[in-house]
Amino acid sequence: MTEPRYDIAFKLYPYKQVAAQSTAPQRHPVVIVGGGPIGLATALDLGRKGTPVLVLDDHEGAGQGSRAICFAKRTLEIADRLGAGQAMVDKGVVWNVGKVFHGDDKVFEFNLQPEEGHKFPAFINLQQPYFEKYIADEIRVAQSQGAPIELRGKNTVTKMCQKDDHVVLDVDTPDGPYKILADWLVACDGARSPIRKMMGLSFDGRVFEDNFLIADVKMTAAFPTERWFWFEPPFKNSGASALLHKQPDDIWRIDFQLGWDIDRAHELQDENVRARVDAMLGEDIDYELEWTSIYTFQCRRMKDFRHDRVLFAGDSAHQVSPFGARGANSGVQDADNLAWKLDLVIKGLAPDALLDTYSRERAHGADENILNSSRATDFLTPKSDMSKVFRNAVLTLAKSHEFARPLVNSGRLSVPCVYDGMPLNGPDELAGPARTRVGAPCVDAPMAEGFLLDKLGGSFTLLAINTQPPSLEEVGGIAIQTLRISTKEDDPTGAVKDRYLGYTTQAIYLLRPDQHVAARWTTANAQQIATALRIATAQEL
Amino acid sequence: MSLNLDPNITDPDGFYDELLDAHQDLSKADSDALNARLILILANHIGDRETLRDALRVAKAP
Ligand SMILES: Cc1cc2nc3c(=O)[nH]c(=O)nc-3n(C[C@H](O)[C@H](O)[C@H](O)COP(=O)(O)OP(=O)(O)OC[C@H]3O[C@@H](n4cnc5c(N)ncnc54)[C@H](O)[C@@H]3O)c2cc1C
Repeated sequence: MTEPRYDIAFKLYPYKQVAAQSTAPQRHPVVIVGGGPIGLATALDLGRKGTPVLVLDDHEGAGQGSRAICFAKRTLEIADRLGAGQAMVDKGVVWNVGKVFHGDDKVFEFNLQPEEGHKFPAFINLQQPYFEKYIADEIRVAQSQGAPIELRGKNTVTKMCQKDDHVVLDVDTPDGPYKILADWLVACDGARSPIRKMMGLSFDGRVFEDNFLIADVKMTAAFPTERWFWFEPPFKNSGASALLHKQPDDIWRIDFQLGWDIDRAHELQDENVRARVDAMLGEDIDYELEWTSIYTFQCRRMKDFRHDRVLFAGDSAHQVSPFGARGANSGVQDADNLAWKLDLVIKGLAPDALLDTYSRERAHGADENILNSSRATDFLTPKSDMSKVFRNAVLTLAKSHEFARPLVNSGRLSVPCVYDGMPLNGPDELAGPARTRVGAPCVDAPMAEGFLLDKLGGSFTLLAINTQPPSLEEVGGIAIQTLRISTKEDDPTGAVKDRYLGYTTQAIYLLRPDQHVAARWTTANAQQIATALRIATAQEL
Repeated sequence: MSLNLDPNITDPDGFYDELLDAHQDLSKADSDALNARLILILANHIGDRETLRDALRVAKAP
C-alpha cells in the first residue's frame, strides 16, 4: 500500500472496497487519475452530461493546507454552471482593493473595481480545500440524480500501458492491486504527474531560483480585506517581497520571498516562521500558525496535452508561479474545455480530432499564463543588477507618477483565455463588441430575471438578440438550445446591448457548451448555423 | 521607421550639459538609478511601441 504524502482537510472520497477489485478487469469510458480540483471538475461536468466517469485518487480527499486562495470570476462562472458557484461565493472573501508598498512607503493602491452587472465578483479568496469540497458536494448531488460518477479514494495508479483503443491501469489499494481498463484516460494527477512520467513525456520550462515561505495564520486582527504586497519589505528578515491577504475563517495568507540559498528545514521551524510573522504583524498580535510550507516555482508545460487516448489537464499539463493566481484558475478552464469535447467524441457525435483542439486551445491558454506569470516573477525577482535597477526605478516613480503604475507587476491576475485564431472558430460576421468576439467566453449580463450565463446551460446555444432565429433543434444529433432576448424587454441595464450588440441592432450568436463564442452574425440561416456547429465540433477540419 | 534619428534637440550643447549635470556627484548606483528613471519617463512620453522597439534596436547596434 502506498504511504500518504499529505494529511487530509476534508475526506471527500473515503476508501471502500469494490467488487471490481476481485473480478476480471472492468472497462470504463473515462477514467480520471487525480481527484484534485481539476479532476473533480472534469468528472462533474462529464457526469452531468451522462457520460460515465471513474475518478481514482491516491488519497481520500482534499489535502490539508491551502495552496490556491484566489479564484477568478471565470472559474466561479464555470463552477456555477456545474452547480457549485454559489457555495464558493457564500464562503469566500470578496476583495477589490490592493496596496503595493516599497519598503516603508506605499507606492500606490488599486481597485479591481468590478464592472457592474455580473453575477460573480472579479475575485474571491477561498482555501483550495473548500473549493474541492464544494465540487465534491455537487458530485454527490449529481450522483443522487443519477449522474454516472464514481470516486475511489486510496486507489493509486502505479502503472499504465496504452493499447490501440484503450489504456490499462494497475491500481494499488489497501486491499491489494487490481487492473482497470479505460477507453480514455484523463491525467489530472498534478505537477509531478506520475502518468506523465510513466509515459516518459517531458515537461520543459523555467525553474525560478527562489524560495517562498507561505504561512497561513489564524487571527482576529482588524486588518482590512485588501491585498497588501511589499517589495523589499521593511520588516526584519522578511526577504525580497511579502504578501498579506485575507481568507475565510479568519485565516490570513502571508508569503515571504526568501531567495535561493536557504536551509528549508530551519526556515520552516515554528519559531523561525513566527519571528518573521511577528516582525510583520507587530509583537502584540495573537495568532496561530495554521499551515506553513516552502515553495519553489516553475513555469513549464507539456508540448501536447493529448497523447492518443491520454489527455492531460491542470498542473499535470502546465505549471505557473502563483503570482497571478493562474494555476487552478486555468486548470478549471481545461476541464471546461475538455469535458464537452470528450463527451461528444464518446457519444460518437464528433470525430476524435476534436480532442486535438483541446490541446491546441488550452496550450494557447497555458502559454498566455506562463508568459504573464514569468513576467511577474521577473519583476519580483530581478535576474540581473540592471533589471533590479529598472524594477526599483519603476517603484520609485510609481509613488508620485501615475504613468509608472501599470509597469508595477506583483502578479497579473487571471483573466479568461480567448481562443483567437483557433481551428474551431466559425465566422465572425457581426460588427459587434471585441469582448464577445468569436473565441471569447460569454460575458455575463443581468437580465430581467437572473443573469445571462444562468440561462446558457451546458449545451450548444443559439443566442438570438432582437431577431427571430431559424428553428434548429439539433445538427447531426448534437442538441442546440435557443435563447431569444429582446433588449427592450429582457435587458434592464442595457448590458446585453453593450456587451453583445455594440453599435449593431440585432445578432445571432452560436455558443459552445463551454460558453465560448463559436460564431456570430447579424443574421444567419439554418445552413450557416449548421456549418458553424460542424466547424466547432471538428467535423470540417 | 517612425523613430526620428535626425538632429531634433534644440541647443544640443545646453542639453548635454544638463544631462551631465544631473549625474554630477552621484555614486555609480545613484547614476544608474537616475538613468533608469529617465529612460522610463522618456519611454512613456513616446508611448508608441514600434518607435520604442526601433530605439532599442538602434541602441543595441549603433
Ligand atoms: C503556494 C501556492 C499558491 C497557489 N495559489 C493559487 C491561487 O491563488 N489561484 C490558483 O488558481 N491557483 C493557485 N495555485 C495553483 C493550484 O494549487 C494548482 O494549480 C491546483 O492544485 C492544480 O490542481 P490539479 O487538480 O491539477 O492538481 P492537484 O491539486 O495537485 O491534484 C492532483 C491529485 O492527483 C492525485 N494523484 C497524484 N498521483 C496519483 C496517482 N498515481 N494515483 C492516483 N492519484 C494520484 C493527488 O493526490 C492529488 O489529489 C497555487 C499553488 C501553490 C503551490
